[in-house]
Amino acid sequence: MDASAPQQTRAADGVSRSLIIRNLRKEYRAGVPVLKDVSLTIEGRGLTAIIGPSGTGKSTLIRCINRLVDPTSGEMIFQGQDLATLRGKALRQARRRIGMVFQEYNLVERLTVIENVLCGRLGYVPVWRAWLRKFPAADVDRAFQLLDEVGLGDFANQRADQLSGGQRQRVGIARALMQDPDLILADEPTSSLDPKTSFEIMELIARRAGERDIPVIVNIHNVELGRRFADRIVGMSKGEIVFNGPPAALEEKHLLAIYGGEGWLE
Amino acid sequence: MSTMDLPATPLRRWERFTLAERLGRALFYLIALTAIMWSFKTIEIIPEFLYDAPQQTVDLFARMWPIDWSWYFPVVHPALVETLHIATLGTILAVIMASGVALLVARNITRSPILNFIGRFILVATRSIHSIVWALFFVAVFGPGALAGTLAIAMHSIGFTGKFLSEAIEDARRGPIEALIASGAPPLSILIKGYWPQVKPAFLSISIFRWDINVRESAVLGLVGGGGLGMALDTALANLYWDQAGLVLFVIFIVVVVTEILTTLVRSRII
Repeated sequence: MDASAPQQTRAADGVSRSLIIRNLRKEYRAGVPVLKDVSLTIEGRGLTAIIGPSGTGKSTLIRCINRLVDPTSGEMIFQGQDLATLRGKALRQARRRIGMVFQEYNLVERLTVIENVLCGRLGYVPVWRAWLRKFPAADVDRAFQLLDEVGLGDFANQRADQLSGGQRQRVGIARALMQDPDLILADEPTSSLDPKTSFEIMELIARRAGERDIPVIVNIHNVELGRRFADRIVGMSKGEIVFNGPPAALEEKHLLAIYGGEGWLE
Repeated sequence: MSTMDLPATPLRRWERFTLAERLGRALFYLIALTAIMWSFKTIEIIPEFLYDAPQQTVDLFARMWPIDWSWYFPVVHPALVETLHIATLGTILAVIMASGVALLVARNITRSPILNFIGRFILVATRSIHSIVWALFFVAVFGPGALAGTLAIAMHSIGFTGKFLSEAIEDARRGPIEALIASGAPPLSILIKGYWPQVKPAFLSISIFRWDINVRESAVLGLVGGGGLGMALDTALANLYWDQAGLVLFVIFIVVVVTEILTTLVRSRII
């Protein structure tokens, strides 16, 4: 039951990083809900993996949180605000506390790696600084430090379109961390990558967010990868949550409920 | 077992077009043929003029030869420089104005259909008026000279430049834009860091291409008082100095060839 109080883990500045979603509903076409009044509490730390078949609303759920998609109804309480009702500047200020990692990396390909990382500060720096590439010295230094952390220290001045998929996703992760976020959303971050790189990327996200006590919500196709890195698994099917528990509790019957059919489990 | 023993199935037939489509195509050809014949009737070819056309052509070229090279430095060279200035300044003005209109037209930037329509209207309106007509208008307002020519070039170029710019903006990948939105970036920063890097190659390519066109257009604007080479040509023709007219035509030809080579080189380096 979601009414139970979430464990109040707090960031260094004392602000809670938990997210409470209540009765979240999204209809792209009236009367055809993709999310059917989903309620979910994300504690302020650890990695939550959302698994489920394609087209089941995982991506919509994650995109509602930072309002790339506007929900039809419901609320999402984060740091004392209902994200669902924010507009304009208040929405932008909430968004810069929420980092996002995308399936297709979504880097600005004609910019250099370091500039892509610095794009994570666009919510903080004034427009003229972005325009003239005069980012504050502290930001630039931190961008270099983050590039080192994701293993791309030597690539700062390369153009993003010269990197491999795995390298691009590392830049994406550095960009999200550059926001100094209180929550990281990852929408299928490994679906365009090979198995080994997928593993490395998941490990990187889990480690770098874990060090900073940043909670992560990740949509993931690969159940094994989710099980391996998640502290909690949320299983979705047809716009509803059908499983919510630790990875160890995820059994075959749950996978059947999530994905349906059985031949694929053999 | 031979194929003869199989139960007879009807041969499957295939035709590229249905009967209705074939009739439609025949009708189209008929209409096109009629239109061509009609055009020939309308342009009223005068046989007498047609018969001696080759002779007249030869005669004109004969009068242009030898070209009066001595006329180059006193008159044609300053006119040539003026033409290049008109084309360049006109293009810069056009690109500045067109950028604003293109942002208005691009549906991924301006989400209001009414504003999109207004922008589109500006593009169509400026483009549908030929630069010669714009020049006549500005000559009436500002008097003859390079200013009228420059403004004519600028106004007529807005449509072309703005149309292709707006298309380039609409072609920008949505993903990087979403990433910047998700980071809480304000709209202007998204424009500068998300759209501009994606649009920049098209922007340069379009500007250079338009400059290339404008060099050619500004060379004739002088015929209606827009300054540049056209004015020199106008003077020569009015005085029936065919050797001087020949020089201007030759210079225009050289300029067009050189800009063509130049722009091709530059564009191939950008893209």
